[in-house]
Amino acid sequence: MAEVLVYVDHAGGAVRKPTLELLTLARRLGEPVAVALGAGAENTAGVLAEHGAARVLTHEAAEYAAYLVVPKVDALQAAVAAVSPAAVLVSSSAEGKEIAARLALRLGSGLITDAVDLEAGEAGPVATQSVFAASFSTTSRVTRGIPVITVKPNSAAVEPAAAAGSVEQLNVSFSGQATGTRITGRTPRESTGRPELTEAAIVVSGGRGVGGAENFALIEALADSLGAAVGASRAAVDAGWYPHTNQVGQTGKSVSPQLYLASGISGAIQHRAGMQTSKTIVAVNKDPEAPIFDLVDYGVVGDLFEVVPQLTEEIKARKG
Amino acid sequence: MSLRIVVTVKYVPDATGDRHFAEDLTVDRDDVDGLLSELDEYAIEQALRIAENADDDVEVTVLTVGPEDAKDALRKALSMGADKAIHVEDEDLHGTDAIGTSLVLAKAIEKAGFDLVLCGMASTDGAMGVVPALLAERLGVPQVTLLSEVSVEDGTVTGRRDGDAASEQLEASLPAVVSVTDQSGEARYPSFKGIMAAKKKPVVSWDLSDLGIEADEVGLQNAWTAVEAAAERPARTAGTIVTDEGEGGKQLAEFLAGQKFI
Ligand SMILES: Cc1cc2nc3c(=O)[nH]c(=O)nc-3n(C[C@H](O)[C@H](O)[C@H](O)COP(=O)(O)OP(=O)(O)OC[C@H]3O[C@@H](n4cnc5c(N)ncnc54)[C@H](O)[C@@H]3O)c2cc1C
Ligand SMILES: Nc1ncnc2c1ncn2[C@@H]1O[C@H](COP(=O)(O)O)[C@@H](O)[C@H]1O
Repeated sequence: MAEVLVYVDHAGGAVRKPTLELLTLARRLGEPVAVALGAGAENTAGVLAEHGAARVLTHEAAEYAAYLVVPKVDALQAAVAAVSPAAVLVSSSAEGKEIAARLALRLGSGLITDAVDLEAGEAGPVATQSVFAASFSTTSRVTRGIPVITVKPNSAAVEPAAAAGSVEQLNVSFSGQATGTRITGRTPRESTGRPELTEAAIVVSGGRGVGGAENFALIEALADSLGAAVGASRAAVDAGWYPHTNQVGQTGKSVSPQLYLASGISGAIQHRAGMQTSKTIVAVNKDPEAPIFDLVDYGVVGDLFEVVPQLTEEIKARKG
Repeated sequence: MSLRIVVTVKYVPDATGDRHFAEDLTVDRDDVDGLLSELDEYAIEQALRIAENADDDVEVTVLTVGPEDAKDALRKALSMGADKAIHVEDEDLHGTDAIGTSLVLAKAIEKAGFDLVLCGMASTDGAMGVVPALLAERLGVPQVTLLSEVSVEDGTVTGRRDGDAASEQLEASLPAVVSVTDQSGEARYPSFKGIMAAKKKPVVSWDLSDLGIEADEVGLQNAWTAVEAAAERPARTAGTIVTDEGEGGKQLAEFLAGQKFI
């Protein structure tokens, strides 16, 4: 059976959820072979095996943390040479897309970014994408080379599937470009204890209507009652009420949760671009004409300072 | 010493317009007004700030690959303060994908001469966010992308990249390709003086033969990917909208419970 390379996104050996989703999709196309790089790479093998990786190619070197993007491209290129895969799958993070793009160019292969679904087709994988702020859905195919495809988080369910997951060392020799961009400092993002925005099943967001940094406590309390991640509109971020890492939209994170709950957000096209593929959408806004109401499954026209605390209390009461 | 900055800017359909596909499944550019991609204004702004803060001579060239109307984008960039403009236009470019576009841009950048290429974080239509990385790969220079803060001094570019897991401090020697985010600093508006001055600034036009690119290296037929189908997403079925009369939070909870979220 054809092999499919899956680039593993991990932190010190802890595999991020979107990689497990990639393994689900990869199994539709062939036999998954995972590529894990950097410190802790070998520790990923257990989880990857449980989710269908037949082989796990690993390589540890200081370059992966010391230089931007290119060492990882060099390694993936080496993996492609070693495996001759039917496709290469990478998660659609900012870095993932850059790695995929450079790899595709080197391989002389077509590149598809931000797929939301992937199926096997007669002439190779068929990718579904969501474009123009999710108002259109397209299907595309790579017509040249080994398809390199990046897939958005939450595009597939994580499905366990036992496989061998045998660990093999990958041989990598770094290119002249590998050390071009030095990473001279790194400040890890502080953990909030809440789920990752792009991975969360529920996202609770606040916008300009929240009216101030201190009021985001209301949004956080609602999020915590649901075990949700917290998002924000650009207006709220630009006002300095919430960190930019939590921005949802065109220039922030793109999210696709089971439930998206927007409060005090009008629903501008650039915000919609980052949340319109959410399965269920709910909004609280005091303006009945707000465009967000065009998207909702359920909307409450009202003051968020009344509705949100009541909702939080009711959820807590129901959960007991 | 002098510093040559090339800023890549894209002319895009207005995101607030009704964007759709043409019959050949390329982006329809006829029915929607176009404009300079807002995200590229941040790149122009940073180029101008670098020029203002430098002791050396700095020349800021804006470069676009796009149809005739894309000159509007160049004009705006010139009125913001860029020194000159390059427009690459050729009928064989219709339908070129990101990898092909990066080839055309790279050839034009090499022909223009550069120490620093400045790009936006993503185009507001395609929004792939891959062209800067592709340019670095093609030009064989460091990629210093997605910076929220950037400075250039003594032949070195430094900046802050706010990634998903960490905020990183980056550093590379020039020449380099840099892209900046919308967190890098508000872009200026063209002044009346700037608009008048722009009318006298040079706009050079190149076609594929000027860049030594063959027609079969670009265009829709030669793209390495193909869109097979495009469908408008069915409008979301109209949801239930209630007006809060004191019970709105409870009603919403009832809905969420019905959907098994609680
Ligand atoms: C290139 C570009 C990129 C962009 N990228 C993004 C992006 O990534 N993400 C993003 O979000 N935006 C983005 N924007 C900005 C976007 O256009 C909007 O300006 C922004 O989304 C508006 O945020 P908002 O909905 O919070 O604010 P507003 O549009 O001001 O809406 C606030 C809403 O709150 C409601 N409200 C006020 N008080 C209350 C109350 N007490 N109770 C209930 N409701 C209340 C109001 O009725 C209103 O509908 C981008 C813009 C550009 C040009
Ligand atoms: N046709 C083009 N002409 C000039 N610059 C472009 C073009 N396409 C992309 N770019 C540049 O590359 C950046 C990223 O674009 P993209 O990869 O398409 O999201 C943009 O912000 C521009 O700076």
